[in-house]
Amino acid sequence: MSTTDVMPETPETPPPSMSSSRRRVGDAVFSYLSIGSGLLIFVTLALVAIFLTTESLPAVRESREFIGESSAFSLLETTLPLIFGTVLAAAIALGIAIPVSIGIALFISHYAPRRMASGLGYMIDLLAAVPSVVYGLWGGIWLVPKLEPLYIFLNSTLGTWPSWPGFVPLVGGQPVVALFAGDPTAPMRNLASAAIVLAVMVLPIITAVAREVFLQTPRLQEEAALALGATRWETIRTVVLPFGKSGVVAASMLGLGRALGETMAVLMILAPGATFSFHILEVGMHQSIAANIASKQAEASGTEMSLLIFTGLVLFVLTFIINALARWIVARSGVKS
Amino acid sequence: MSSPTTVDIAPTMRSKEERRLPWYHLVVTGLAGLLVAIALLAIFDALSIPGAILLGFVFHLLFGYTYSRIREGRRWAMERLMTLVVIGAFAIAMFPLLSLLWEVVGRGLVRVVAAAPTPFAFWTTDMSGIIGGADAGGVVHATIGTLLITLWASIISIPIGLFTAIFLVEYADVGWRKVLGKGVTFLVDVMTGIPSIVAGLFGLALFIAFMPDQSVRMGIMGAVALSLLMIPTVVRSSEEMLRLVPMDLREAAYALGVPKWLTIVKVVLRTAIAGLTTGVTLAIARVIGETAPLLLTVGMVTSVNWNMFDGRMSTLPTFINQQYRAGSANCMSDTVTNPINQEVYACSISTNIDRAWAAAFTLIVIVMVLNIVARMVSHYFSPKLSR
Repeated sequence: MSTTDVMPETPETPPPSMSSSRRRVGDAVFSYLSIGSGLLIFVTLALVAIFLTTESLPAVRESREFIGESSAFSLLETTLPLIFGTVLAAAIALGIAIPVSIGIALFISHYAPRRMASGLGYMIDLLAAVPSVVYGLWGGIWLVPKLEPLYIFLNSTLGTWPSWPGFVPLVGGQPVVALFAGDPTAPMRNLASAAIVLAVMVLPIITAVAREVFLQTPRLQEEAALALGATRWETIRTVVLPFGKSGVVAASMLGLGRALGETMAVLMILAPGATFSFHILEVGMHQSIAANIASKQAEASGTEMSLLIFTGLVLFVLTFIINALARWIVARSGVKS
Repeated sequence: MSSPTTVDIAPTMRSKEERRLPWYHLVVTGLAGLLVAIALLAIFDALSIPGAILLGFVFHLLFGYTYSRIREGRRWAMERLMTLVVIGAFAIAMFPLLSLLWEVVGRGLVRVVAAAPTPFAFWTTDMSGIIGGADAGGVVHATIGTLLITLWASIISIPIGLFTAIFLVEYADVGWRKVLGKGVTFLVDVMTGIPSIVAGLFGLALFIAFMPDQSVRMGIMGAVALSLLMIPTVVRSSEEMLRLVPMDLREAAYALGVPKWLTIVKVVLRTAIAGLTTGVTLAIARVIGETAPLLLTVGMVTSVNWNMFDGRMSTLPTFINQQYRAGSANCMSDTVTNPINQEVYACSISTNIDRAWAAAFTLIVIVMVLNIVARMVSHYFSPKLSR
């Protein structure tokens, strides 16, 4: 029987002359193409790992840690401040973004009128659609001068509080973890500015997942809480938030992965430096791995390039661990995102 | 599923003082908060509209809570406070979006419309022969570069991504293919998390490993780097769409003796085509704004280069970055003359930054058009059965 007679929506497709062997050839080709594409994903990632490793080997081989000569450059001394800067910027960005994202997700899922909810969600998605280089431009030109009064206020009120947070030991008369201490000077191309723009960039990622999780709260539990006389906030506190906790954690990890790897916001805003300083308002103290690669790649060659690729490999491994952890939490909590 | 923990609410529920006040009491506390904020800012000589709104909101939280606590009781005060906090969170997120769009449109559109020598010349000229603070030049070369590189990235990514999704949905069902499917799903997750700069490093390392010239940069390197970021997005969205196609349709086709590949092409893909188009368009919109990989792989030129396999290319994102880094220009006099072709341009200190804004406007327009197209496709062409 020809398929022509029985598939009214595709009358033109298989000509009656088509034999069953031709069909099997089509099937074989299609399944090879599909399986081949799946295998290609394996090959691609293997290539990424192999190329990053082999290209970064020269730097490892010439480093002080490997050959033991003090005249050679130190792999640790160049990489560790970068890792510190990357993690600190991402941590501050998440510290700002997580509470705001939970608020937005709650607003869209539980507070906003039902008819407006999808439109408001689309507004948040628009934040994710803006290219990172435009964020960098906006942050570098428009936002940084606007933040100056805030920084000076924070620095003069909280920065000089000598023993904050109390139990932290003083090093050279300065508290080690006093975030707002130091000597901020305009233009405020400091880690705080970069972290604020990073926070805006990870907001939509965290919000999207958190919103989905909050919307999946069992309707009956919420209604039970409301029927017991709970206010809207009490319903959220006792039903929605406990249910969505692991989803929010996973969403934050995804945001962390994004914040660690983001280049342009840091590159275009931060004045670089290489210290382990916690003074996020001071200019020229920090740099992130991604921004360091982007700013140095044009002039780098040979061992320098190899060193940059090595830091890239470190970043790759770092984000890989964070993302794998996030997926694992998502899978365990059984939440579909 | 967590167990309901609502029991502890009941004992504190009833209280004689508890009553709900109408909403306009909020306006009173809000105005009070705003006035106190303005007064405080005026005393410290730091009066500004954003400052007043921000501080006013904080005071409103305080006043609203205290007022409600006295008149309505603890529980409703908390309810009011959290409602305000949640709305405030949304407003905070809207602020950067609106301010960014305002700036980009305000500064970018003006530069595009008022570009020298003729309006919209910014979209029809390139940067060749533009020196110093010359108030001229455009992005036609960068726009063509962006479109070409994105096109090639799509040509690489869409078939691979689509076939991988087909593999995951249609073929990875039993035996070793199921194991392979699990592995592919995991690796796609890993790829989703690859930082864009690492994708750029890969594109660079892949090509310079085989090239005699270490400083080689070309469009195809950027396209390969971008496709590394694009493939996982395409796989994810396509897989989701293909899984939405009801099993009944496939079984009906099989029952009629239609071969598997024809079932996929004529039934599954045809049913999911709207969703697939939306997903692919959003994936393109996502990579078209990527900067970091292109920074490493395609370099920078001042004129149009149509050849993906030879010579450097400009793209809109890298153009924005470059003009932003160039910063303010030096202007000795009102005009600047190109020493080679003796062309005279008006000189403007802010010309580089203006060009960066105008290019950002161009890029945002492209991204937004892609986003709107994607929404419209999914809105108008989705089959009725998927909802």
